[in-house]
Amino acid sequence: MATRSDIAASPVKGGAAPGRTPGSRPVDKDDRRRTKLSRRWQRDARWSPYAFVAPFFLLFAAFGLFPLIYTGWASLHQVELTAPTDMTWVGLKNYTRIFDDDFFWNAARNTLTIGVISTVPQLMIAMGIAHILNYKLRASTFWRVAMLAPYATSIAAATLVFVLLFGRDYGMINWALGAVGVDPIGWQDDKWPGQIAVSTIIIWRWTGYNALIYLAAMQAIPQDLYESAALDGASRWRQFLHVTLPSLRPTILFTVVVSTIGASQVFGEPLLFDPNKGASGGAEHQFQTLGLYLYEQGWVNQHLGRASAIAWAMFAILIVIGIINQLISRRLRASS
Amino acid sequence: MRARTLPLTRQRSGGGKPFARKALAVAAVVSLGTGLLAGCADDGGDDSSGGSSSGEGKTTITLGLFGTMGFKEAGLYAEYEKLNPDIKIEENVVERNENYYPALVNHLTTNSGLMDVQAVEVANIAEVVGTQADKFTDMSKVEGVKKDGWLPWKWEQATTKDGQTIGLGTDVGPMAICYRKDLFEKAGLPSDREQVGKLWAGDWNKFIATGEKYKKAAGKDTFFMDSPGGLLNAVLSSEKEKFYDASGQVIYKTNPAVKAAFDLTAEAAEKGLVQSQTQFQPAWDTTIANSKFATVACPPWMLGYIKGKSKADAAGKWDVAVAPKSGNWGGSFLGVPKSGKNVEEAQKLVAWLTAPEQQAKLFKVQGSFPSAPAAYSSPEVTGATNEMTGDAPIGEIFSEAAKQIPVQVIGPKDQIIQQGLTDNGVILVTKGKSAKEAWETATKTIDNNLDQ
Repeated sequence: MATRSDIAASPVKGGAAPGRTPGSRPVDKDDRRRTKLSRRWQRDARWSPYAFVAPFFLLFAAFGLFPLIYTGWASLHQVELTAPTDMTWVGLKNYTRIFDDDFFWNAARNTLTIGVISTVPQLMIAMGIAHILNYKLRASTFWRVAMLAPYATSIAAATLVFVLLFGRDYGMINWALGAVGVDPIGWQDDKWPGQIAVSTIIIWRWTGYNALIYLAAMQAIPQDLYESAALDGASRWRQFLHVTLPSLRPTILFTVVVSTIGASQVFGEPLLFDPNKGASGGAEHQFQTLGLYLYEQGWVNQHLGRASAIAWAMFAILIVIGIINQLISRRLRASS
Repeated sequence: MRARTLPLTRQRSGGGKPFARKALAVAAVVSLGTGLLAGCADDGGDDSSGGSSSGEGKTTITLGLFGTMGFKEAGLYAEYEKLNPDIKIEENVVERNENYYPALVNHLTTNSGLMDVQAVEVANIAEVVGTQADKFTDMSKVEGVKKDGWLPWKWEQATTKDGQTIGLGTDVGPMAICYRKDLFEKAGLPSDREQVGKLWAGDWNKFIATGEKYKKAAGKDTFFMDSPGGLLNAVLSSEKEKFYDASGQVIYKTNPAVKAAFDLTAEAAEKGLVQSQTQFQPAWDTTIANSKFATVACPPWMLGYIKGKSKADAAGKWDVAVAPKSGNWGGSFLGVPKSGKNVEEAQKLVAWLTAPEQQAKLFKVQGSFPSAPAAYSSPEVTGATNEMTGDAPIGEIFSEAAKQIPVQVIGPKDQIIQQGLTDNGVILVTKGKSAKEAWETATKTIDNNLDQ
């Protein structure tokens, strides 16, 4: 760091020898070399930061920006995966057809409902767990690591296990329900059981992650706030409501935003939970999400143009959600 | 700040470091960037898979395969390498065709990353023939390859309208009905394979009628058949036309044969003759282990699957009877892309691998049924038995079925249509929906999936 501030500071006046006394005349050659050097330093200081961030932007351009633009271009054409270079211009047809595409809106509704049934309980459970972990516990590190274990599991592995648990005929969950007299539930056959099952996988996987974020934020709350609340006679529950929750507000907002983005992209769980071979999300598309519908159109049915239009429609929906989020958070900030 | 007070010498040497660092950074950026571009441009051209000659002066031929095609397991590569000392064979196997095929299409459309030999599954052959034929060499022109060496319908499937044959058939899946002798006996039905075949000879309706008799006697413990999808598939595959007509038009909705097959399966579902299961799902596997059904439509490879999922005591309890009408389920082709580096050698290898003698050897080891009728008289086929079916002469039964399979019109989107009829159609009837509702859900799904 010291070297760097030196390089940045010294060339300002174009002289590179502030340590020298003016009396002793430096050799001309040496002087020139030093100006040259300093010019190099100057360039270095100005351009090397760009070089350092360049790899990311190169990668982003190749794997982020280019696909994004190309997808937009493809969405205006009729393109099949079997001949991706053979494009027929169709204008906005792929977008207008979305308006009366029942499967798209069904997928959009499913994405929303699965998002709600997975995110809300997930964050509430995470908050509860974080609150408990915040107390002095024996082997607290163990509990914290254990909370994060599902997050470190691959979606595919977890989902395949859940498919077995949720099996209609030989699943452990129906077996347990049967023991208390409930008839077997076709978890993959009907709409709500299917969506609840898919949400369960998501909740299982992400609760620990959110709990750790809450826990970190809770530990940053100054202890004296609790002390003074306790002096005022506030119970533990009151302390949680009036000290913990308000202090966590920005953290909660962060987890809500991240979970919403995650929920809008749910893909692996419903794909692998589908008992059929395709990507239709159940026999009647009961738990087909937008991500899954996009995949089905593009990779199963090989209609790249339609899939691209769906991708951009999803993008537009996400932007709308982002704006709403922004408005709400601004409101929240203003009120606090 | 501190550095400013340092002597000049130190300062200069201190200043040298950033240069080195900068050079390093630039080098890193450049190498990353070029590596990235190189990675994009050069797709699998240079590694061993590219089919270049290896150092010892041998020609390496690479094969892109899926599943367990078994050439290596049957020792065919070793044998060929012995016969042709200059040839070295390497294979690259993707386990599931669902993963193999999209990559193959990608490689074909961009004409890069292809192996010297590529396998194609029968479910995809119509699409490859229809859209990618110009990327493949014509195998019918290869020395020693004769059209009548294969079952006529197998040859047709890989041949374009202008007579270019893009791939040679490896195996086929002639379908019979595998049934449980013990369950049939318990239900008061005959268990001898001749008599069982007569119960439903020539008519799928008789098959359903047998199912009703079975259900009356067997009650609720077991089902007559494994799944609605299995039944629908068996009925459809015995038709000459199913989803496409000869001119390539989609006719699945108006073809009476398709509607009849759908209604027949729906009837079986309503009457509770088929399990409410989807084939190859874990729950379906469990019903094999628990002996929950009496019949299953059964190409030779299905016996291997049943063996894999059964408990030990099921061995020998199965038998194989002729299906009401013969159909085909499964099988593959080997094609040689034009862009390969060793086209001629690769063609020779394919012709050799698909010759009757090699197909017979493959059947013995892997259970892949030959597509070359000449192999049917070989001892490997005529003497074949299977652990699950005791002493049943399965080779003869399946050979007979293979010869009776009609030349069926297949189309590029057969798989999507059939999957819609199965997974978004008849399965719903087993879950209490009416046949009409199921048909509507299926056709709506299929039409949306076909619409470009």
